[in-house]
Amino acid sequence: MIAGHPRYVTKRLMQGYIGRRFVRMLFTIWLGASAIFFIPRFGGNDPADAVLGGLLAAGGTTEGADELITAYSERFGFDDPLLVQYGKYLKNIVLFDNGLSISAFPASVDEQIGRALPWTIGLMSVAILLSFLIGNLIGALLGWPATKPLTRAILSMPLFITAIPAFMVGLILLWLFSFRLQWLPFSGAYDPDVAPGWNLSFIGSVVKHGFLPAVSVILVRLGGFALGMRGMMITTAGQDYMLLAEAKGLSKRRKFFRYGVRNTLAPQLTELGVAIGSIAGGFVIVERVFNYPGLGSLLFRAILTDDFPLIQGVVVYLIIGVTAMAFLLDIAYPLIDPRISYSKDRS
Amino acid sequence: MNADNAETVDESTTAEPQARRDNPWLNRKLIAGAVVLTLLFVMPFALRLFHDRDLALVGSSPVNMVPNGFEGDPNLGFKDPSGDHPLGTDSQGRDMLAVLLVGIPATLQVGLIGAGIGMAVGILLGFTSGFFGRRLDAVITTITDATLTIPGLAVLVVVAASVDELTVTTMGLVMALFAWPIPTRLIRSQVLSMRQSGYVPLARMSGVTPFGIMFKEILPNLLPYLAGGFTFTIAGVILAATGVETLGLGPQRLPTLGTTVNAALENSALFRGMWWWWSPPIIVLVVIFLGFYLLNMGLDEVSNPRLRRIK
Repeated sequence: MIAGHPRYVTKRLMQGYIGRRFVRMLFTIWLGASAIFFIPRFGGNDPADAVLGGLLAAGGTTEGADELITAYSERFGFDDPLLVQYGKYLKNIVLFDNGLSISAFPASVDEQIGRALPWTIGLMSVAILLSFLIGNLIGALLGWPATKPLTRAILSMPLFITAIPAFMVGLILLWLFSFRLQWLPFSGAYDPDVAPGWNLSFIGSVVKHGFLPAVSVILVRLGGFALGMRGMMITTAGQDYMLLAEAKGLSKRRKFFRYGVRNTLAPQLTELGVAIGSIAGGFVIVERVFNYPGLGSLLFRAILTDDFPLIQGVVVYLIIGVTAMAFLLDIAYPLIDPRISYSKDRS
Repeated sequence: MNADNAETVDESTTAEPQARRDNPWLNRKLIAGAVVLTLLFVMPFALRLFHDRDLALVGSSPVNMVPNGFEGDPNLGFKDPSGDHPLGTDSQGRDMLAVLLVGIPATLQVGLIGAGIGMAVGILLGFTSGFFGRRLDAVITTITDATLTIPGLAVLVVVAASVDELTVTTMGLVMALFAWPIPTRLIRSQVLSMRQSGYVPLARMSGVTPFGIMFKEILPNLLPYLAGGFTFTIAGVILAATGVETLGLGPQRLPTLGTTVNAALENSALFRGMWWWWSPPIIVLVVIFLGFYLLNMGLDEVSNPRLRRIK
């Protein structure tokens, strides 16, 4: 415990907390980046060979393959000892420089990722936000004693889908709504006939194309949040302050949202932080199923064309993105629940 | 130890009629899940006797044949069924029934290998972390938490992309890389609470070694819990493996459920109306996931008496 004025103590602990979480974030990124550097190399298959092999194979068809080979040998230092290669690799990650793509030469890996990233970020944040909101609302209503049995029965139905992966739900939705009913488009992010820009027809087209991929992620993810919320809501509903709210004669709505939901939301955010990695992983495959032009489809294309630098680049970005999101959620915690104070000990 | 044994013997003789009715292992979810999964494990082996598995190879059968009981559509190039291929064939000349007969055991095997290793590592790390505590605990917890945050699927893609030849076994080994953090965390928290139970200090005072306490005293108490964790982990590994396979990285020689989904997607089976190509692996996978889900919930009821219904 640190002695001093209460406000001063809080401030210092907060700084310490954010600092600790930041270090933890860097550690996580380092661990992930090192895993994708070392595991393939110790697995008996050197990515350096894979890159060179890919380049030599492309030599007949790609112009400037010689140039690429020299550029790569220099960048990765294929002839250097492993630790020097590792150093160069880490340096390139810090500089956000993932080099040149093999399959789409002369485009760089970062250029391609830059084009795909907005689509993934846009669709995924909508899907995460909606599944979090809807899931928590369902869970809160299920845990609330005053909910009617019929509402309860209807609300608990989507929870069964939780056991099924998102891309499978996506495939079934795709079959139903795009193939049988022909209501929604099969693939892509917008209609190629519509000029991209801030106009209604383009936005409408984007929404129409993003609808099914988003819904398949939302349907699968809301169950997890709902189950967690239900458990906590049952506990919260039995607290003394609920009795006080009752005695005060507050409206049902106020009791539910202000006294019930508000008090259970913070732990749910932790759950969101833990789930983000697996949501992102599932999203990659959903994108591939819907041929949505985000990171997932880019990764799929990179795998198809044996473009190892592109695969590695996409994965590094995914690791950094997910870890940063988890970090932001962690430090947003005290803003949402002022009851939480951070002490030095790890918990 | 002797006193312990005497007690259990005593209990089982006197409490038998009561135990049969109240046996927590006989709950409905557990039985339903176990039946579904047993069928999935056994059926492919039984059906092998009647159907040739070699038909799962590319080019072994006529292409684009609809399942028995349906009519082909010459406009779309779909052939009428001949009776030899009950579930139809795909565009690459694979018999769909044979694909399932090979794919179901292959997918389950990937799950078992990955989750088996993941659980073994989880038990080792979870017990070490929860039991010995202090600095070792801090190190293990930090690494486990960091690994949990990393999007495992993405890293698995890199690893799978750099493996020379993916087989069912190597696929399972690759999947094990990210199968251990969740078991580790679950087991650690259980060991932490178990350590507070009275029998642990008692055993320690009786001179039982730490390993003895860990594996002879605590571990047996955690068995239903570990079984629940195992089902959860298998489902997770199968999910990750199918995901990686759907992205085009799977065992090349023999079809698994995930590589079949990938083949169907690559040949746009969905747009061409070849429902008998993409739907069987999806349906089987859904059944697998629901089976493990039920089994897990059933085991939860065994290890957590509060979940049991009052009769």
